[in-house]
Amino acid sequence: MMDKVKKEHIVFGIIRLLSYASVFFLALLVGYIFIKGFKVISFRFLTDVPRNGITAGGIYPAILGTFYLVLVSFIFAVPLGVLSGIYIAEYTSDNTFARFLRLSVNMLSGIPSVVFGLFGLAIFVNKFCFGVSILSGGLTLGILILPTIIQATIEALKSVPYSFREASLGLGATKWQTIKHIVLPVGMPGILTGVILSVGRAAGETAPILFTAATFYTGRLPHSIFNEVMALPYLIYGLLTEGTFPDKQIPIAYGASTVLLLFVFALSFVAIVIRVKSRRMKKW
Amino acid sequence: MMKKKAIIEYFLPILGYIAVIVLFAIIVTIFGEGVTTFKEYSLWKFLTGISWRPATSPPKFGSVPLLVSTLIVAGTAMLIAVPLALATAIYIAKLSNAFTKEVLKPIVELLASIPSVVYGFFGIVFMAPLVQKIFHLPIGQTGFTAGIILAFMALPTIASISEDAITAVSKSIEEASLGLGASRAEMLIHIVIPAAMPGIITAVSLGFGRAIGETMTVLMVAGGALGMPHSIFSPMRPITATIAAEMGETPVGSLHYHALFALAVELFLIVVVFNVIAEYYHEKFSHMGKV
Amino acid sequence: MVKMKTENLKLWFGNKEILKGISMEIPQNSVVAIIGPSGCGKSTFLRSLNRMNDFIKGVRIEGRVYLDGKNIYDRDVNVFDLRKRVGMVFQKPNPFPKSIYENVAYGLRIHGMKDKRIIQQTVEESLKDANLWEEVKDKLFESAFSLSGGQQQRLCTARALAIKPEVILMDEPASALDPIATNRLEHLIEKLKKKYTIVIVTHNIQQAARISDYTAFLYMGELIEYGKTEVLFTAPKNKRTEEYIMGKFS
Repeated sequence: MMDKVKKEHIVFGIIRLLSYASVFFLALLVGYIFIKGFKVISFRFLTDVPRNGITAGGIYPAILGTFYLVLVSFIFAVPLGVLSGIYIAEYTSDNTFARFLRLSVNMLSGIPSVVFGLFGLAIFVNKFCFGVSILSGGLTLGILILPTIIQATIEALKSVPYSFREASLGLGATKWQTIKHIVLPVGMPGILTGVILSVGRAAGETAPILFTAATFYTGRLPHSIFNEVMALPYLIYGLLTEGTFPDKQIPIAYGASTVLLLFVFALSFVAIVIRVKSRRMKKW
Repeated sequence: MMKKKAIIEYFLPILGYIAVIVLFAIIVTIFGEGVTTFKEYSLWKFLTGISWRPATSPPKFGSVPLLVSTLIVAGTAMLIAVPLALATAIYIAKLSNAFTKEVLKPIVELLASIPSVVYGFFGIVFMAPLVQKIFHLPIGQTGFTAGIILAFMALPTIASISEDAITAVSKSIEEASLGLGASRAEMLIHIVIPAAMPGIITAVSLGFGRAIGETMTVLMVAGGALGMPHSIFSPMRPITATIAAEMGETPVGSLHYHALFALAVELFLIVVVFNVIAEYYHEKFSHMGKV
Repeated sequence: MVKMKTENLKLWFGNKEILKGISMEIPQNSVVAIIGPSGCGKSTFLRSLNRMNDFIKGVRIEGRVYLDGKNIYDRDVNVFDLRKRVGMVFQKPNPFPKSIYENVAYGLRIHGMKDKRIIQQTVEESLKDANLWEEVKDKLFESAFSLSGGQQQRLCTARALAIKPEVILMDEPASALDPIATNRLEHLIEKLKKKYTIVIVTHNIQQAARISDYTAFLYMGELIEYGKTEVLFTAPKNKRTEEYIMGKFS
């Protein structure tokens, strides 16, 4: 029989090795894309329009389109999600009804993104006659990130100690004053982290905008929210699957992927910094 | 009793229901559009047909090959992701020092933040040629290839929820076990993991639901072949990929359009089953945490 | 003069009767200590004096609590004004994660005070009243968490004082403090009774004896004995009171 210490070393060794798989995979993916992507990225690549059937020029319209889509989804989902989270966290007690509300949020967050796309197509594009547009796509993305924001808000508010509420209520503050002046500010880092991560998610999602907002190529920049737009993730997809000159178009896809990755990593970085800072400041 | 109520407090309840409203709207829409299919096409054929040929006349909308593809890809992903994710969770929760923990956790989170289209891109340009070479396949874009990529997309979900569960297993159980002379490895395998099992089941169910619903990666990497897959190394087209690939070229209101919504209903129902399993075990595990 | 009075106050958590009909009078400008073994309902009793139990689910209350002759459980009572008049200091120091200044100013702001000069003046007065001013006057805008536990508890007292309460409820305010900080808090209570009426819950019998004018002994939700502190501690009428203050059970 193998002795216990030796066996333990082996088991822990395997666990450690397996747990580094994600590091390895991340490094591989990011390295592979960045190396080829940075060769393409230049000031002109970021600010010029695509030329010669997206074989030359830049990706500015796609960056702009993604920005607009994220903006619309942000305006729609953040106030709605945060207020909804406040209601569920602060105004419902732990009964069947509250569980039903939370269950709905969880169910919503589990729905595949392509189903959101179909919903956006049926409702925003067709029923509301918004057409394939920034508005339709932004709202679809907004609905997609809504549950994440609600969940982040609930979590953040639940982590605020009851003693803070008690102190405020004990001074004669109303429930809403307590929420507004004490609970929300204390829970803000958590809410902010959730919002930032969902912005990254909205920027990178493709399936929901496939039929609601995105177009592979358009010659002009959008001038209203009822225009269809180019978007970074859809551009990457299109260049790979619809491209007719892969030699010249795949490098552009690398560049676009690098831009998209840098954007979502920057957001994740900000979110991590906020979390670490707020944890350090937490003295209760 | 007099009550000062802020104006916003009158609106909050309505806003609180937003998730319910949206969920309900999605269900009604998807089901409404989907069920219309079966006025013209037999539900039985849809559920059991082994051929999906929307362009032939008459068209065939048998969803079995798509469903099988979905299960193959997601199943492969789970076979790879679960051991890796559990190892990661155990390592972060119990074995790593503070520094590795601070590094490893954000890295796992970064994996979750990568857009699926970038995963798909990486799958096409890197993973597919690699798989083709290693297994001597005629084509690298297969269900297996997509499964590998999906595994890393599902890994963060599984790892982070499992880690919470493992951390929640109370210290006292562990100390009691160590006190009896068990080694740390024995304690992990015999005490901690079983105790954390409800949480781990939650994590795996959610991960599976996510893998089934993932669209862009499988659309780009799984190969897109419409027939019934022969093995995990065949090119295939899961449900999500079919919806994404065909919806763009389908006239609104056509039979094909409705059939794609019917696929979405099928997808939705499968995902709901896994989410319900996840919720059920999550309830168990959050109650356990309180004891 | 009687400041507060309870009449046959009963309270249930669900089916469990926590307070079983408590009637007592709280004289103005005095310190009333409530003692009793843990779980006897003393904190619950204290909290029903400014209706802090309202927030707890499944609580049912019967009986009357008078403040200046008015039942605070009447329908027409504004609970927010009530809590302004009957302030509270909690077991653990619970300053807000804001600056020292903002902690004290908070109560004024939520009650609609906008005048900066008055706020500034009141903050200073309250901190002086709470014997904290000299220690914090140079760092008013630093985080309240930079203070020691004892200072934090005096800050919470100052916060309660800023909205000019008439009664101050203190729920084991020294339980998280070291002996020196406890001593300072006791001095503060002695000084405050000149202006305010104070009801303090404590598990520390010596503390009750040192600082209070009246002492109430609660046991299993019943008021066993209530009277002048020196009488209760030297010649308790009830055997259980005697046993408790002799330390026979806890």
